[in-house]
Amino acid sequence: MIRFDYTRAGTVQEAVNALAADPQAQVIAGGTNLIDLMKYNVATPTLLVDIGKLPLRSIEATDAGGLRIGALVTNAALAYDERIEAEYPLLSSAILAGATGQLRNAATTGGNLLQRTRCYYFYDTGTPCNKREPGTGCPAIGGVNRIHAIMGASDTCIATHPSDMCVAMAALEAEIIVEGPGGERRIPFARFHRLPGDEPWKDTTLASDELIVAVELPPRGFARHHTYLKLRDRLSYAFALVSVAVGLEMNGDTITAARLALGGVAHKPWRLPEAEAALTGGPATDDRFVHAADLLLNGAVGHEHNRFKIDLARRAIVRALGQAAAGTPQSQIDKQIR
Amino acid sequence: MMPNTAVTGAGEQDGRCIPIHLTINGVAHHLSVAPWTSLLDLLREKLDLTGTKKGCDHGQCGACTVLVDGCRMNSCLVLAVTRDGADVTTVEGLGTVDDLHPMQQAFVDHDAFQCGYCTSGQIVSAVGLVAEGRTGSRAQIRELMSGNLCRCGAYPNIVDAIVEVAAGAREGGEPMQ
Repeated sequence: MIRFDYTRAGTVQEAVNALAADPQAQVIAGGTNLIDLMKYNVATPTLLVDIGKLPLRSIEATDAGGLRIGALVTNAALAYDERIEAEYPLLSSAILAGATGQLRNAATTGGNLLQRTRCYYFYDTGTPCNKREPGTGCPAIGGVNRIHAIMGASDTCIATHPSDMCVAMAALEAEIIVEGPGGERRIPFARFHRLPGDEPWKDTTLASDELIVAVELPPRGFARHHTYLKLRDRLSYAFALVSVAVGLEMNGDTITAARLALGGVAHKPWRLPEAEAALTGGPATDDRFVHAADLLLNGAVGHEHNRFKIDLARRAIVRALGQAAAGTPQSQIDKQIR
Repeated sequence: MMPNTAVTGAGEQDGRCIPIHLTINGVAHHLSVAPWTSLLDLLREKLDLTGTKKGCDHGQCGACTVLVDGCRMNSCLVLAVTRDGADVTTVEGLGTVDDLHPMQQAFVDHDAFQCGYCTSGQIVSAVGLVAEGRTGSRAQIRELMSGNLCRCGAYPNIVDAIVEVAAGAREGGEPMQ
């Protein structure tokens, strides 16, 4: 493990001040991703700012009728919260589809948002990586790329974002609340994670002196018609090859509102307003699901080892939309896909 | 309860050590630890609590599982300084050779291990799982124990042991689904 300095923030302002004073500082909360990256010398902070004692562990109702989730609420506490289970079961299901009991007990909401990619080359300091060392190249392009992106990638990076929680939050159109030297800022979920472009080292639009303090869920939770369908190489404790988060509102057989987000396919949770609009205002039929899938996957680019993901994603979208429309969400315990 | 023990100097003396207080298996410890010391290394290397095993050291195998404030966690991915004030339980805190914890006894009764390297992590994780109360079916137990790997493949017997203890822990000990 590398050597570094350590400070424990007593207030949000203290944490922001510490981050502003040292651009090489990083925040530590649950630590499940950061400590791992530090052991591999991928993350090399000079200072860790421990926010673990800050009062950011509650889930509270908002005036708008939604919920405000403190940044330090653990993944387990969030997934098993009675209000989340009842009103936002898509979020609960997605969280329980990821990681393990031990990791979910330690990992936090804010930390989950800031997970780094699991690209093999990013983790291996013996290889080049534009995300880890800008300008050195991307060996995943033309290399081993089974887990890599098929949407929104660039010629500098084809990494994917690994989170399950974030795919559900994207579908739910959550907002991320951050504090910085200039005060509070609210970031719509779709604008928090970014595509790699020619700056693949930037995972998010969060500034180095900003701290995530909360995530707010709007009132609409799609509790009756939702699913989180995750496909992976092992049935448990594996990152998604493709995952699909769906939330629908139905009036009889007619879809009146639709949310559709993909995980495991891009540098961020992948949504397209046109695909969701194409689902809205008509019946829940396989033909219309296939049309939405084709819209969402328009422009998909496969590489040597991940071309299968394009067809896998198309079929997973259709299956997930069917699960959600029928009100029979995917179980994260019973692994049968129905 | 055992008397409190003060332990100092458990950290590298390069001037960056941080004073922390941990209760470990019911014993209070006042420690000075380097920021980069994992809870796992603190337990094993400084406090001689070697029941907690280092397997992968990356949160993938679960051999290092301990309870932190009652919640099971990978101690390899916890920096000790970040858990100042916590109550930690390791496998040494569950039972003794003469008075095994029910989960330890169940692992013996069900032959739930072969080489034994993963076993302390399995047992602590299983105790944490039963406390979480999510042991409603064998499928649920298997899913929620997926953070503990067993290369010998003792999984069916591990599940048997957890089923037995979970049934005993439930009021009336009703059968599983």
